[in-house]
Amino acid sequence: MSVYLGKNAKVICQGITGSAGLFHSKACREYGTKMVGGVTPGKGGSEVEGFKVFDTVADAVKKTGANTTMIFVPALFAGDAILEAADAGIELIVCITEGIPANDMAKVNSILKQYPKTRLIGPNCPGIITPGVAKVGIMPGYIHKPGKIGIVSRSGTLTYEAVWQVTQLKLGQSTCIGIGGDPIVGTTHLDALEAFNKDKDTQAVIMIGEIGGTAEEEAAQYVKKYMKKPVAAFIAGMTAPPGKRMGHAGAIVSGGKGTAKEKIAALEAAGIVVAQSPGEIGNALVEALKGKKGKLKKKK
Amino acid sequence: MKLHEYQAKEIFAKYGLPVTSGMLVKHLSEVDEALKKFPNGPWVVKAQIHAGGRGKAGGVKLAKNEMEVSQKATDILGMTLISPQTGPQGKVVKKIFITPAVDYTKELYVSVVLDRAHRCPVILASAEGGTEIEELAAHKPEAIQKVYIDPIQGLHPYQARQLHLSLGLPPDKINQGAKLFQGLVKIFMDLDLSLIEVNPLVVLKDGSIHCLDAKVSFDDNGLPRHKEYISWRDPDEEDPRELQAAEHGLSYISLDGNIGCLVNGAGLAMATADAIQHFGGSPANFLDVGGGATTKAVTEAFKIILSDNRVKAILVNIFGGIMKCDIIAQGIIDAAKQVSLSLPLVIRLEGTNVEKGKELLSKSELKYSFASSMDEAAKAIVVAAQGVKS
Repeated sequence: MSVYLGKNAKVICQGITGSAGLFHSKACREYGTKMVGGVTPGKGGSEVEGFKVFDTVADAVKKTGANTTMIFVPALFAGDAILEAADAGIELIVCITEGIPANDMAKVNSILKQYPKTRLIGPNCPGIITPGVAKVGIMPGYIHKPGKIGIVSRSGTLTYEAVWQVTQLKLGQSTCIGIGGDPIVGTTHLDALEAFNKDKDTQAVIMIGEIGGTAEEEAAQYVKKYMKKPVAAFIAGMTAPPGKRMGHAGAIVSGGKGTAKEKIAALEAAGIVVAQSPGEIGNALVEALKGKKGKLKKKK
Repeated sequence: MKLHEYQAKEIFAKYGLPVTSGMLVKHLSEVDEALKKFPNGPWVVKAQIHAGGRGKAGGVKLAKNEMEVSQKATDILGMTLISPQTGPQGKVVKKIFITPAVDYTKELYVSVVLDRAHRCPVILASAEGGTEIEELAAHKPEAIQKVYIDPIQGLHPYQARQLHLSLGLPPDKINQGAKLFQGLVKIFMDLDLSLIEVNPLVVLKDGSIHCLDAKVSFDDNGLPRHKEYISWRDPDEEDPRELQAAEHGLSYISLDGNIGCLVNGAGLAMATADAIQHFGGSPANFLDVGGGATTKAVTEAFKIILSDNRVKAILVNIFGGIMKCDIIAQGIIDAAKQVSLSLPLVIRLEGTNVEKGKELLSKSELKYSFASSMDEAAKAIVVAAQGVKS
């Protein structure tokens, strides 16, 4: 078992004829993902690098049985691409695109409520990988190793950092979910924790958060009340000045809210082992597995 | 992108919201023209900077006669305003707005922002507006009313009317108030804003509602849809290094320390700055070279970091995924040559093609130390920065 992405995933790529879409479709296929085609309006009927191209997602679903999509459509049109996928019956939508206006995502999320079977991951995210089974996203496959640690993160390369530390500990990952760095995302930390909690193959979870919003605090509340598995965490942005957007549209401390300090305090209060430095994420996990809780002590 | 009050009021007027117009003045010689355009006093002279808290900091002054207008304009133009929102260094006032003063009986507060938890826009409003709003929000949050907005339909007229009454505004002006609140939400949604704020919103003597101030921030991701406003950006208000970085597809934020950072990915860049601080150092910047950085982008990144003369040492932290480590290594070698780098350099590379990258670096003439983990890199750079005389 795994979370959200398993061996039955049949994947298409929306925006497959763009350079990023094609590059990553090929990389996913090489990893072993069952890539069944792609969508670019106006290029239906053609073929690119062995991928069948369709004009619409509905058409692609009808002809290939696709149930998952990876979106590389440009920012101002990506919201529409998400809705097209949902309307065509796609169950897992992974939106990689960065720079979608927040108001577009508010609209998209409101409409997605009509599609309870559809899950959106992202936007502005690296995607999702179940090591050894499938990857739908832009992460380098080889740093992962099949195992029992679930990882959920708002960031891309920082997720790789966490994955790498876990792989070096020879523990491996059940599923890694990059939920994205935008203010409004489809799948939250809380959603991912709930899924990992239910997943038989996940033994413990690493949560990587960032400044901005209250998603980590909500996740901490859930851990305190319901989580049956050890959780380790890291929050990026201790050094971020207020009012400045730290690269990600969602990573901003505003009105004194969403600081790393507040988040770390909430996580520790929920019994989560929090790494004080990004280099200690792996150690925090080891401590959490031993049953430790709260702040990770500095090594002398 | 933030706008000035005078620009925001232009948008308000276009949408038919009640604002008092005025004239933007950049030089004292233009004051007479402003007085000719708006001959009836008293007037208010208002500093045009992007930070709030202008009034308390002395950037907003009432002038009873024409002489006083000149005098206040002289005082404010060129002054350094220090408010809680400008930071301790303050901001130099390069523009002022001269506008007829408005007589009012009550100050309120209203804004529209995105509510992340509810995933929709929200109106924040309070019957107690004015200069103390931040303290009110901190100490009496229940005094701030919230109205959640359907992101597709916008603010319903009934919601606007309810808000008008719950703020204690004059019942006979209910339709005017409702129109104003709907207008604010419409601007927010039409222009893809991240903030629209009126503080204070005032009640005039006849009971009607008026926008005494106006603040607007665009969502940068939505700006490409509103090209007519891109030229409204005021370069005086932006950090020149941040602007330069943006031109090259880099994301740069100036911090207070002396260790320059070059990292790929926003989360890792933030975490790198955190690691430096954790080991007792102080980062000079946040710099994300992005997922697809080229040699040119890496060179520009080095130039931007080095243009900051506080920087005593540089840490490069790259986790190559899609980006291959050998390409980054070549970028670093080329960039260091171009900018004749002499500061201590610590490089940490991990990920795709890391062995090739290491080989390129070791064969080059570049002086650097290599770190094999994030913590090791942070410790090494902190030591290196301490060793450099300032």
